[in-house]
Amino acid sequence: MLSQEQVARIAELARLELTPAELAAVREQLNAILAMIDEMKAVDTTGIEPMSHPQSAMQRLRDDNATEPDLRDAFQAIAPAIEDGLYLVPKVIE
Amino acid sequence: MHRDTLKQLAGRLARREASSVEMTRYFLARIARLGAALNAFITIDEEKSLAQARAADQRIARGEMAPLTGIPIAHKDLFCAKGWRTTAGSKILGNFVSPYDAHVIERFNEDGAVLLGKANMDEFAMGSSNESSYFGPVKNPWDLGAVPGGSSGGSAAAVAARIAPAATGTDTGGSIRQPASFVGVSGLRPTYGRVSRYGIVAFASSLDQAGALGKTAEDLAIVLKTMAGFDARDSTSAERPVEDYPAMLGSGVKGLRIGVPREYFNKDLAPDVAAPIRAAIDEYAKLGARVVEVSLPNQHLSVPAYYVIAPAEASSNLSRYDGVRYGHRAAEYTDLNDMYRRTRAQGFGAEARRRILVGTYVLSHGYYDAYYLQAQKIRRLVANDFAAAFRECDLIMGPAAPSVAYDLGAKSQDAVQMYLDDLYTIPINLAGLPGLSIPCGFGAKGRPVGLQIVGNYFDEGRMLAAAHAYQQATDWHTRIPPGFEKE
Repeated sequence: MLSQEQVARIAELARLELTPAELAAVREQLNAILAMIDEMKAVDTTGIEPMSHPQSAMQRLRDDNATEPDLRDAFQAIAPAIEDGLYLVPKVIE
Repeated sequence: MHRDTLKQLAGRLARREASSVEMTRYFLARIARLGAALNAFITIDEEKSLAQARAADQRIARGEMAPLTGIPIAHKDLFCAKGWRTTAGSKILGNFVSPYDAHVIERFNEDGAVLLGKANMDEFAMGSSNESSYFGPVKNPWDLGAVPGGSSGGSAAAVAARIAPAATGTDTGGSIRQPASFVGVSGLRPTYGRVSRYGIVAFASSLDQAGALGKTAEDLAIVLKTMAGFDARDSTSAERPVEDYPAMLGSGVKGLRIGVPREYFNKDLAPDVAAPIRAAIDEYAKLGARVVEVSLPNQHLSVPAYYVIAPAEASSNLSRYDGVRYGHRAAEYTDLNDMYRRTRAQGFGAEARRRILVGTYVLSHGYYDAYYLQAQKIRRLVANDFAAAFRECDLIMGPAAPSVAYDLGAKSQDAVQMYLDDLYTIPINLAGLPGLSIPCGFGAKGRPVGLQIVGNYFDEGRMLAAAHAYQQATDWHTRIPPGFEKE
């Protein structure tokens, strides 16, 4: 069972603000989901190779050529805040 | 015209009985008149659609028709389309106008198809009822008090109501097959890697696959042939030729071995769904197929494993929504971290937040082996079950969902119950196999039931041929919800 503090820590890692009221409700929901997942944890999987992906094939490599066109202006046209071609964020270093 | 298959619509265009502009206007008018009650679309842009239709008409006049030239197709709002708002059903992308096309959209554009509108969906494709959309729930055309299924619920409802000739969808845990079952249309999730994921808003990258919803198996064959193919921009795109699915439709089912998993018909399956499924399998036996019993002993572990793997991948994929480069940004904040926290809390709905938190937890230090690694091992067991079953049969058949569509609000407060309902679709995604659902009757309250057909890797041609054979012998796929039959 996740504690209130653990849920707050997970939310911090995920960069999600949770109000104290939300925290209690979310804790209950997460614990219900994890209880459902527990059925899987009890299975003996000794010697089973993990399957990370449906395709076991090797990662395909491409030639080291520049193929991407310059789309900076198109991408920045949809940004929340830009200036002189730069993305603006709140001050990071005081 | 709304009853026409894609081939019939193409015939009208080729014979100049209708122009693409007239056809597009016809479906836009149906959307305006009948679609509002369904909330099946997030974005309609008549001018953009009609501009594509005019270009298609010129192409037809030049005698350069491809199979989908001039035909309006709806796209799930998870596919980026240049100049179109692409929201993924989320507030956090509510103002996002895509600067580029997904590979799938490029393929439809090359064919000269018309983008009819962006279909409503569960937020980030997370949901099985279409109630998690920021843009409101979609309604089931068979009963406006019922859910259409999800996450491709807008696509499914639009095809069922005949307000779109066909639609794209995506299927990460059942998001094409389950809504197809709930609204009585045909829906195909291809093999993982068959269709490029480039330009599709990512949910769980090792499970996501794009597919189609249509009135018939023949329509799915036509659309898949356009959508499928290698794309170097998706590192998991399959480098193998696309088969001529429409040409394979006539191969029939004589001598085909149909596997029915003994684990499928148990207490989880509602009797009003079990009966039509059994009748459909009997129909296949009548058509000359041989029915054999197979076993998928680890299938009950699929849902728990999926709810580790999918949220883990989602928490990673959704970390890109930070309010810096695109999408929603909170209006007030104290510093950079606070901007992230508030932007994401405001931008994501309850279900997306839940999955981000579960995913963050199972990947966090000290829990990785017990959850993520264990889930990947279970995933192997589930895939091995299918490999063993396919040594004894050619196709697997069973239900797509354990019940018919339920009422709006019936399960929205119980996330775990809704998760468990995906027990018939999720194993296919874990294994990376193709699956489809076709209408095979009606259950309680006159709500549709879908037969799921699962094939081996890249065996879409055989699956579609089997679905086509059934649709030649039965007429479930021609049923239209009351209120949507007329012009």
